[in-house]
Amino acid sequence: MLKFPIYLDNHATTPMDPRVLQAMTPFFLEKFGNAASRNHQFGWEAEEGVEKARKQIADLIGANSKEIIFTSGATESNNLAIKGVAQMYAEKGNHIITAATEHKAVLDTCKHLEKEGLRVTYLPLKGDGLIDLDMLKDSFTDKTILVSIMYANNEIGVIQPVKEIGKMCKERGVLFHTDGVQAVGKIPVNVLADNIDIMSLTAHKIYGPKGVGALYVRRKSPRVQLTAQMDGGGHERGMRSGTLNVPGIVGLGEACEICHREMDQEIARAKYLRDKLHAKLAHIEESYVNGSMEHRLPHNLNMSFAYVEGESLLMGINDIAVSSGSACTSATLEPSYVLKALGLGDDLAHTSIRFGIGRFNTEEEIDYVGNKMTEVVEKLRELSPLWEMFKDGVDLSKVQWVAH
Amino acid sequence: MAYSDKVIDHYNNPRNVGSFDKQDPSVGTGMVGAPECGDVMKLQIKVNPASGIIEDAKFKTFGCGSAIASSSLATEWLKGKTVDQALEIKNTDIVNELALPPVKIHCSVLAEDAIKAAIHDYKAKTGEVAPSEAVHA
Repeated sequence: MLKFPIYLDNHATTPMDPRVLQAMTPFFLEKFGNAASRNHQFGWEAEEGVEKARKQIADLIGANSKEIIFTSGATESNNLAIKGVAQMYAEKGNHIITAATEHKAVLDTCKHLEKEGLRVTYLPLKGDGLIDLDMLKDSFTDKTILVSIMYANNEIGVIQPVKEIGKMCKERGVLFHTDGVQAVGKIPVNVLADNIDIMSLTAHKIYGPKGVGALYVRRKSPRVQLTAQMDGGGHERGMRSGTLNVPGIVGLGEACEICHREMDQEIARAKYLRDKLHAKLAHIEESYVNGSMEHRLPHNLNMSFAYVEGESLLMGINDIAVSSGSACTSATLEPSYVLKALGLGDDLAHTSIRFGIGRFNTEEEIDYVGNKMTEVVEKLRELSPLWEMFKDGVDLSKVQWVAH
Repeated sequence: MAYSDKVIDHYNNPRNVGSFDKQDPSVGTGMVGAPECGDVMKLQIKVNPASGIIEDAKFKTFGCGSAIASSSLATEWLKGKTVDQALEIKNTDIVNELALPPVKIHCSVLAEDAIKAAIHDYKAKTGEVAPSEAVHA
């Protein structure tokens, strides 16, 4: 039995896994202690919960427990990583390399640092959404201290060649930070094999609670140091002060353990559903996949449906929760900067829809979404003057539009 | 964003969707907006040359729900009006009727522009205005 609305926006956030909530509950109630209280049972229990979570997270990403720093989420993790490196290694250099399609938490942090005098290179992307490694190679200078490139993109799900990027950084003695939010827990991520020095992650994208995240900070070869961004009690090896969010942390740990244990089945299942949806939607005339299909998260699909505006499409599928790269759906009224970075024209960016398949989606839901999308695109094309012109053989790029 | 019931009604049951022959001398065509901006409206009127009354109107719109509703509503309002009466339709009337939020006011402006462009095109055909002034469609 289908239940509406259908949630297919799992890159924005994921529902909590009931098992995660179950693990957290005691830490809201009887085990309410402060993990920093070292002299009584309540503190010990809380600390035990935190340390277990640290281990669960470390195990998922091939790290050591001591390398996990808890934060309020990935925005804070990205800020701490980038600003923390920029300040700590200011004497070594003042140049950061990142990419045009990073999350705003990375891009805006870099812009902030630029105002303070740092130099930032924003790498353009290839048409398939991947970094050009040769271009990266040419961007290093003797002042480069950090490269920050996301593991997988939140809109198009494209997975970057992280291992190669990390290797390049290592060879040059440059630190490598990756925003791992969309990849951790979804695909195998290993900080050692992938040559990652610092990595941001968050609980609410992996069926955990909102408001808790972590930063992996390498302790050996090299030992990474970060300047703390908040003053206080010197928690988390002095890198992040503040009483630990114990229930949240326990939830993050449990979420990681479940992802770790069930990853193989989950990847296969997500990929099956995603490919089924893709096959259905590819039948729609003038529909395009945005970004590489080969180097892509198994649960992501991002497609443009030419001549149909994204927001009107969302309105037609209002029993399905997805998001669009259309300007009308964004606060800035600008179409998706990620899609534009792939070289997609504004007209196609306006017609894009992102599907994020999650742990709790069913095949029945995917079938429904495929049919509904097909039906609504067809209906809106009947309304679209652009579709009519396209069908009449008009070259839309040659039309002189009366811009508004 | 939440839409008003009227916007949803026009989106679900758009009125007067379709096209007339652009070359027909009694038809005025207005096409405004641009694909890069995320909205393009095509609005057409069919005028009775003897009475100057708009006997029929049709539209096609690429754009958000509010843009579709604005143009759908415009076609309803145009029918039965004289060309000069039609020129009095203001975007604010559309905003009020559809309860458009501030961020969607540009949709109503586009609809008003489309009405004006269609009338201009018609008048260019009857020789009332110079064709060179006609909005390109």
